[in-house]
Amino acid sequence: MSIPVIEFRNVSQWYGEGESRTEVLSDINLSIAEGEFLAIVGFTGSGKTTLVNLMTGLLRPSSGQVLYRGQPIKGPAPERGIIFQNYSLLPWYTVYQNVALAVDQVYPDWSKDRREGHIRTFVEMVGLSHAIDKFPSELSGGMRQRVSIARVLATDPDLLLMDEPLGALDALTRGNLQDEILRIWSANRRTAVLITNDVDEGIFMADRILPLDPGPAAGLGPEFRIDLARPRDKTDLNHDPNFKRVRTEILNYLVALGESNRPRADNSLPLPDVQPIMPGTRSFVAAWHRD
Amino acid sequence: MGHPTTTTVAAAPRAALASLSRRLPRRVNMRRNLPALGRKLAISLTSMAIFLLLWQLSAGYLYGVEATARIERTTQEQGADAGAAMAACIASGDVSCKPNTLPFPREVVRAAGLLLADHRAIRTKQAEFAAETAELNAARAARGLAAITYTGRPSFVDQIGTSLKTVVVGFLISLLIAVPLGIVIGLNENLRIAFNWMIQVFKPVSPVVWLLLVFMIVKTLTLGSDTDTSFLISSISVGLCAMWATLVNTSVGVSSVNQDYLNVARVLQLGIGKKIFRVILPSAIPLIFTGMRITVSVAWMVLIAIELLAQSPGLGSFVWEEFQNGGSDSNAKIIVAMFVIGLVGFLLDRLMFMVQGRVSFEKAIG
Repeated sequence: MSIPVIEFRNVSQWYGEGESRTEVLSDINLSIAEGEFLAIVGFTGSGKTTLVNLMTGLLRPSSGQVLYRGQPIKGPAPERGIIFQNYSLLPWYTVYQNVALAVDQVYPDWSKDRREGHIRTFVEMVGLSHAIDKFPSELSGGMRQRVSIARVLATDPDLLLMDEPLGALDALTRGNLQDEILRIWSANRRTAVLITNDVDEGIFMADRILPLDPGPAAGLGPEFRIDLARPRDKTDLNHDPNFKRVRTEILNYLVALGESNRPRADNSLPLPDVQPIMPGTRSFVAAWHRD
Repeated sequence: MGHPTTTTVAAAPRAALASLSRRLPRRVNMRRNLPALGRKLAISLTSMAIFLLLWQLSAGYLYGVEATARIERTTQEQGADAGAAMAACIASGDVSCKPNTLPFPREVVRAAGLLLADHRAIRTKQAEFAAETAELNAARAARGLAAITYTGRPSFVDQIGTSLKTVVVGFLISLLIAVPLGIVIGLNENLRIAFNWMIQVFKPVSPVVWLLLVFMIVKTLTLGSDTDTSFLISSISVGLCAMWATLVNTSVGVSSVNQDYLNVARVLQLGIGKKIFRVILPSAIPLIFTGMRITVSVAWMVLIAIELLAQSPGLGSFVWEEFQNGGSDSNAKIIVAMFVIGLVGFLLDRLMFMVQGRVSFEKAIG
């Protein structure tokens, strides 16, 4: 078997030390194969962003090892490109300049013309040619995320990481961008990891889904294979028995997780152990003196 | 459409006009904003009128108090006849016995006119002097000698110019120190701790003390040379007094860059230079310029006090000299200077506000 693109070996991640130590991820083992599209689905606050930051190298594991093509990750690098949840565009640069920052950095040897052509191609690819000289503040949320996508794809990353890229968008824009990301991804089939809280999105886009159990001390659940033919079509999928089955399975698993994680519903309240003391009685005076 | 040629000719200027009108406030907006503008103007004018009225009343009251006291004193010291003469003299408005107190608004306006007339007179004198010495100076220049320059009294307008020059030099000095230092401090937490006590202790120090400190140092450094150091001393002191806002804001701006932007820089593996100039500084610029704006205001404010003390030419020494003069219109001239100082300060602040709006990617907060 070939070396996995990303491998987690008994990775745990915690913040703080001693008494105040909070464990976010606990004993994660994970392996992502070449060309695979993996979706990690989890509840809010289950440590999804921590997981993806370990893959980028923005975070170092508290214990265990994160390997990229067999080598421990020492820090972030453009070869593991990430689409951030909050777009992270630099507001003082235009669309062109934002993409250029990445392209200039990754292809310093290219001629100026070649770089410019490259930047324009990718801005065109996400359909923003008309807004190429606009600033992020002049763009809608969906357009900003497109810029962020263009910025990452223009550097041709070996591994494409997406941290809830569409989480803040409305349903319509979301659907459009899902199609777009898939279209661009299928053009060269790089390894991709999608972090999401939307099961449908995960099934629609990924080859494999891993649920992340809710934190604290989250671990990975059982994997679900999505054997749906590509290219996938949303309307067709809704009638696909395979899709329905997988969707029900994953939802059942997540619902069960949510149930077991909820604090036991216990309506009895422990009563405080108090004895009435009447003022003026001997016991009241005694209590008074005892204090 | 009867003249197709005219349309083609007019096309280019029309395009230029369109691009220009895009920069101008829209006419529709103007019309819609007119009532609001009118209201603002009306309120401002009313409050100005009330201000002038209060000024007039209090000046009148103070004038009365001063006049009564003067008549009483003369009566006590020199008898009733002298007292009556003094009362008559004051009533006649003669300059020799004018009560010396808060001037009336009309006196201030007259003083402003006098100052301007004085300025024109001095300009004429300078021009005459230049014409007279032109030949002589040419001859001196030919022999390699320095030209003879006009050394007469500076006019009020010259004083404003000198003050502006001092404040600009002081501002540049403070920028030269505060911005690079702020960036370095902002980037390194250890340095931030190292400089913290210094900033906290020196920031509240009075301009007067800074002036004395600068005086001590400059005096020693320029020992032996006979150059006029007063300009140097006052501009350095202004710079040192005013730089703190820029220093603190720069270091805060640099140290509090949004983590998302830093993550972008990290993922792209930007070098330290690119990271500073393309990510950290642009992000800190709004705060840096806010600091600069405060610095300009502070510089202008302390300048007057510093000029007054350092005996360097400018509005501060103008005010002080007029106060020492005790002439009949000195008080009015001091009030004129007060309004000029205020107006110039206001204009400087507006200027910085415009610069701030230009450079910052966020809208400047007025």
